[in-house]
Amino acid sequence: MDELDGNGAAGLLQEIFGTDMTIAVATCASCGSAAQIGESVLYAGGPGTVIRCRRCEGVLVVITQVRGRHCVDLMGIRALDMPVGSA
Amino acid sequence: MEGTAVPRRLSSGPLSWEVATVTEVTSETPTVRTIKLGVPSWPGHRAGQHLDVRLTAEDGYSAERSYSIAAAADDPVAITVERLDDGEVSPYLTEDVRVGDELEIRGPVGGYFVWETADGGPLLLVGGGSGIVPLRAILRQREHSGSDVPVKLLYSARTLSDLIYRDELDSYHDGVEIIYTLTREQPAGWTGYTRRVDQALLAETAWPAGKDPLAFVCGPTSFVETVAGGLVALGYEPGRIKTERFGGTGGS
Repeated sequence: MDELDGNGAAGLLQEIFGTDMTIAVATCASCGSAAQIGESVLYAGGPGTVIRCRRCEGVLVVITQVRGRHCVDLMGIRALDMPVGSA
Repeated sequence: MEGTAVPRRLSSGPLSWEVATVTEVTSETPTVRTIKLGVPSWPGHRAGQHLDVRLTAEDGYSAERSYSIAAAADDPVAITVERLDDGEVSPYLTEDVRVGDELEIRGPVGGYFVWETADGGPLLLVGGGSGIVPLRAILRQREHSGSDVPVKLLYSARTLSDLIYRDELDSYHDGVEIIYTLTREQPAGWTGYTRRVDQALLAETAWPAGKDPLAFVCGPTSFVETVAGGLVALGYEPGRIKTERFGGTGGS
């Protein structure tokens, strides 16, 4: 499966969170490195959407669609920060 | 897998699917088309952003893909799409779509791979195959805004006929240097480069790191990895290298 950029999930993330999440900085719960979601690794070809840390490949976000609902697993993100007023 | 269900009502942000009308279709190469879209409620976009296209089959199966917007902020919305043989969406967009057809779109999205005039430069744009698309939007944005930020564009394609926007790219002069490399086949008398982009080619063609350039790299995953790694090795500040990888087998 191709490794893309978190960028490629911008539309899905914005549908769920109501704002551009690709410029949000996520701190990886596995290795502690911080990077914008847009530069993280995206796997979009499978049954769900998976975003991984570009440094340690730890899973940051998993999004699946089940019976008409988006199910979002954020266990891999320890902290999230983004510009005030960006919403 | 455990997940957190997000109620639909929380997704009522500014972004939703809407219907766009195809207003113009242009063949760029045998496998690439530019599709102009009329979107009544388009809120405007920034160079480098993308939009999502959703196709739904009669049985309800739907597929979504994200495409770079090929247009500057003040241009009509357009996407340029390369046909992928095993694609679910691109064959339709590159072969079947006609003027007047309606497409479901969502956008603009993404604020990461974006250049605005105030971001300055000098700009290094490196594109592989259809990775040229958002870089073309950035070039047009620079031109339309009257910016004099110096630009080098390094564009890698397989053959001459695979080059997208060639006439437009060749029309740039003041402050814009276009450097082509054709990696598979070159016409007689070709004076551009003939090899794949690697650190050595970047060292020959890119701005020296001392100029504190801002780099945008778009292409197939392996292309982007090579270029981004090469630029870091040449001393580019990692935070000033923006990358956008795309899937498929897009040639570079």
